[in-house]
Amino acid sequence: MAVAFPAMRGGRRTRYQNGWALLFLAPWLIGFLAFTAGPMLMSLYLAFTKYDLLTAPKWIGWGNFGRMFGDDPLFLQSLKVTAIYVVVGTPLSLAFALAVAVVLNRGLRGLDFYRSAIYLPSLFGGSVAIAVLWRKVFNGDGLVNQILALVGITGPSWISEPHTALGTLIALEVWQFGAPMVIFLAGLRQIPREFYEAAQVDGASRYRQFWSITMPLLSPIVFFNLTLQLIRSFQAFAPAFIISDGSGGPADSTLFYSLYLYQEGFVNFDMGYAAAMAWMLVLLAGAVVAVNFLFGRYWVHYGD
Amino acid sequence: MATERLTAISDDAEARPATRRWAPGRRLLAHFALVVVTLVMLYPLVWMVASSFKPTDEIFSQPGLIPRHFEPSNYAEGWKGVSTAFSIFVENSLFISVAAIIGNVFSCSLAAFAFARLNFIGRRIAYATMLVTLMLPTHVTLVPQYILFNKLGWVNTFYPLFVPHFFAVDAFFVLLMVQFIRSLPKELDEAARLDGCSPWKIYRHIVFPLLRPALVTTVIFTFIWTYNDFFKQLIYLNDVELFTVPLGLRQFLDSTGDSSWGPMLAMSTLALVPPLVLFVTFQRRIVDGVATSGLKG
Repeated sequence: MAVAFPAMRGGRRTRYQNGWALLFLAPWLIGFLAFTAGPMLMSLYLAFTKYDLLTAPKWIGWGNFGRMFGDDPLFLQSLKVTAIYVVVGTPLSLAFALAVAVVLNRGLRGLDFYRSAIYLPSLFGGSVAIAVLWRKVFNGDGLVNQILALVGITGPSWISEPHTALGTLIALEVWQFGAPMVIFLAGLRQIPREFYEAAQVDGASRYRQFWSITMPLLSPIVFFNLTLQLIRSFQAFAPAFIISDGSGGPADSTLFYSLYLYQEGFVNFDMGYAAAMAWMLVLLAGAVVAVNFLFGRYWVHYGD
Repeated sequence: MATERLTAISDDAEARPATRRWAPGRRLLAHFALVVVTLVMLYPLVWMVASSFKPTDEIFSQPGLIPRHFEPSNYAEGWKGVSTAFSIFVENSLFISVAAIIGNVFSCSLAAFAFARLNFIGRRIAYATMLVTLMLPTHVTLVPQYILFNKLGWVNTFYPLFVPHFFAVDAFFVLLMVQFIRSLPKELDEAARLDGCSPWKIYRHIVFPLLRPALVTTVIFTFIWTYNDFFKQLIYLNDVELFTVPLGLRQFLDSTGDSSWGPMLAMSTLALVPPLVLFVTFQRRIVDGVATSGLKG
């Protein structure tokens, strides 16, 4: 800022800019205090209380947290469901995204078409319309079973069987692999062509080229996608809500963490417990992201 | 950060594809694989559109796409709604989305200008704080926000759904705009400063007009996110008259069970039209926006 407001020199310049900055930042500052920082402190307090919106919050110390891990099988179930969703869905969708991006990166005709068509499902994200569609697709007499019937297989009623319901939601997540794919594509374009040409001269196989050139150079993007996807998966809500009619059924098999939080807070009005769950989510998601960062050191290569 | 690394590449991506060509046989194989993937991706959507024109019993019995009995009345019946006309839901959704867009465009660009162009005490700390809020799960502020809006008497109104956007709560767009403003030549506003322009005038007459590409991205994604959002609308809106498109669809599902899938799928199809129109119009910008910044649909 060499020439910044030259009419104002020294301390006056800073004060002049401080004043203006305060004006420009006022909306953000108010928003941050009123809708983020304030509520966070408030929810930290509420996490240690019992509060039903009507009577004053009652301090119960670590009670909510004790209940989570001591005598709330539903909480543990929601943790398990979300963990399976994250652990199975995220790697699957990233693997698809990467595989298709690598194929698309070969200068094929129709690239724009493929890219857009494959991205389209991601555009609709967790919208209710897509969840409704999914419910119909995996219904007992839905699209999936109609197709299976063509080859003589009688499929189960996917969304009402406890052991397949979660799978349909994972399938929905994987179906939306277009967003990470677009990010991979952008990353792949950054890799200089000369690297591959040199490797070819040296007689490296395509397989070898992928693992020795593509993967190391793409690892920051893989890391970026992984972090984004993890944060996103932890917060999934609408599809599970719609497919299970808000219950997390059948047999709590789709009781996502955020769905259970919603039930406790906004159906049972146990606001204290919901606040405690929200903080537990911050800790868990934070821990997973931190582990991701920690291990990233061993496989993420920043060339420059 | 990966975001910045990615920003650099998108512009010349088309001009200098770092790609190797396939041998002809392999190219055919690649096309074949891609066509299969594309079909799997699009088939459920196409199936939904096709089914929305079928009588309900045919949706269940027949996997083919072309309806035997063309049934456009699904749309008429769906539009009539269960107890409230679907058009009310569409109006409500549009109102909330447009209000959120206006809020985001102004509040985020003001903050971004300060972060990118003004030199003030505590800038680093404020900026870092903003970046941290990006990573927070929304749940952690959910309960107290609800309590706050409840105390204000705003539950069961549209206010909780758009007022926060007037206070730059979407740090993501602030970041997007900061990066964009940093790419604008500083000489422009320095010249204006020499001419005696105040920061406000520089923002209003130089930066804001030049910011247009970033603003368009903000408009598109604010629309899609607000329009698709379900969680907040579910929590804050109780009266059917205030219901939005997602809540309207859900109400459909509840009250009619599995008996009227035709109208249900017709309205679901309609619900996807606004984001789809945006996508078709701004395809490039949306895809590049995702590629450069990791925006999610």
